[in-house]
Amino acid sequence: MPKRLFPSLESAPLGRLQLKIVVCVRRVPDTASRVKIASNGRSVDATDFEYVINPYEEYALEAGVQLKEKHGGEVTVLTLGPEKSTQTITKALALGADKAVHLRSESFPDDPSCSARALAEELKSTEFDILLFGKKGVDDDNQQVGQMVAELLGVPCVTQILGLEVADGKAIARREVEGGSLIVETALPAAFTAEKDLAAPRYASLRELVAARKKPVTVKEPRSQPSTLETIAVQYPPPRPPGKVVGKGVEAVPKLIQLLHEEAKVI
Amino acid sequence: MKGPVLVFAESSGSQLRKAALEAVTAGRRLADELKVEEYVLAIGNGLKEIGTELGKYGADRLLVCEDPSLGLFHPEFYKQIALDAIRRVAPGTILLPATSTGKDLAPRLAIHLNTGLATECVQIGLENGEFVATRPAYAGKVLLKVKINGSPKIATLRPNVFTAKEIAPRNLSVERLLFSRPDTKMTVKESVAHDAKKMDLTEANVIVSGGRGMGGPENYKILEELAEVLGGVVGASRASVDSGWRPHSDQVGQTGRTVSPTLYVACGISGAIQHKVGMVNSKVIVAINRDPEAPIFGFADYGIVGDVFEVVPALTRQLREFYGKR
Repeated sequence: MPKRLFPSLESAPLGRLQLKIVVCVRRVPDTASRVKIASNGRSVDATDFEYVINPYEEYALEAGVQLKEKHGGEVTVLTLGPEKSTQTITKALALGADKAVHLRSESFPDDPSCSARALAEELKSTEFDILLFGKKGVDDDNQQVGQMVAELLGVPCVTQILGLEVADGKAIARREVEGGSLIVETALPAAFTAEKDLAAPRYASLRELVAARKKPVTVKEPRSQPSTLETIAVQYPPPRPPGKVVGKGVEAVPKLIQLLHEEAKVI
Repeated sequence: MKGPVLVFAESSGSQLRKAALEAVTAGRRLADELKVEEYVLAIGNGLKEIGTELGKYGADRLLVCEDPSLGLFHPEFYKQIALDAIRRVAPGTILLPATSTGKDLAPRLAIHLNTGLATECVQIGLENGEFVATRPAYAGKVLLKVKINGSPKIATLRPNVFTAKEIAPRNLSVERLLFSRPDTKMTVKESVAHDAKKMDLTEANVIVSGGRGMGGPENYKILEELAEVLGGVVGASRASVDSGWRPHSDQVGQTGRTVSPTLYVACGISGAIQHKVGMVNSKVIVAINRDPEAPIFGFADYGIVGDVFEVVPALTRQLREFYGKR
């Protein structure tokens, strides 16, 4: 269990909490990317990918930076990924993080539990109050790592959050669920995974991008474990038949209703 | 793979979720292939006669844990109960619906059991006696066929993909699990409903979605009316959510919900790839858009090129007549 660095409100200077915030961030292909299957049939071809910060982690990072701006403290970015993740780390530093730890590996297994174990290993010796993740990566769509890290560290974890406030050594989060949301209160330290729109990401200015290059980045080698999830084949989804236009304007409505009833049999 | 199939049957209030019955049906099929029993775990508060219902969908045994503190999903409470049930049942496979609850809980179980988890599967089965799951990645641009190294095998199943099917009812045995509340630093304080009547998009049979072409939040009224006639719910594209016209819970697409309703009506939606991946597995797609060149017409089963503000009200009116006559 990581040490908690959370002074009481009274003892904090000017009522500022000095939160230690860690945000896990990694690079993913842009959501507009075309995805091609690699020639081995077991992975995707990454040659043409343009990489960005995983969008859900951009919301998490912004939420972390806003908490820092409100309560004082610092934001550390933790990244697991190849050397090329440096760009992503610089971007995160430009967006308001203060320092970064890069668990650098060119051949880390593509497996959520392996990632979780490597991140947890690093976080065991890291002091934090708030640990933020994106709810999932937009590449593998696994949605596993945040909860797994929290379980390994033995800290509470609230997933898919749309709101986060900190006061009195506690956090209150709004968690999005089917048909509504759950209001969850937790002691700190705690982990959270960001839903879209947790906080509207800012833009980094050129000056911030230049300054980001001077912020400290610690590079370490992550320890990997045997994979628990193995991709044995990658396929394209079955194609949909090409579209059909029924007609133009209101005149086409009766024909549409007839087709939906008689041909598609859905009404 | 030795050992029973254990299915987490999620409930909402006193009722089982549709996605839970889908998982129980899929679990039955897998249990038959493996020649093992199907256990179902239900957790909640004030669950109605779920035993009879679960028996109809093929469950052999029901473990049920009820307590006033279990009415809303608390990850640490549910995790403890699930781990307890897993110790008892020693399952070879665990299935959960890929709902917000299932997707929160499953990774916690996987890491505790030191095994792997396949998220949001659209197909599960055996290949050469080995558990294999198919799951979309890159928002469905590709499908990954995965296997799990470790035991039990854990998978969450995407709602509305597997069909819930009643079979000859079984004589289901019921065992009640005692709940001893673990120490926790987390309190689930309250549940705030968006709209009590509105079903989540992932579970809806009909979705009427609006995009940038709707022009503003006030214009969604015509979509609400169309959705009402069709017995569906209203969805939205990212453009309209990012403009603040609709809540994020309505968003269909890569950074929103992935849906597969029977009927999807896209109104004023161009059909960009990020939207397409979220709804392309709908059984029937209807598109209404002014722009004949909109990409949506490339894959919509039935398209009408026209002004949504004319076509949608006409469609609503004529559907009312259609349903009125029958």
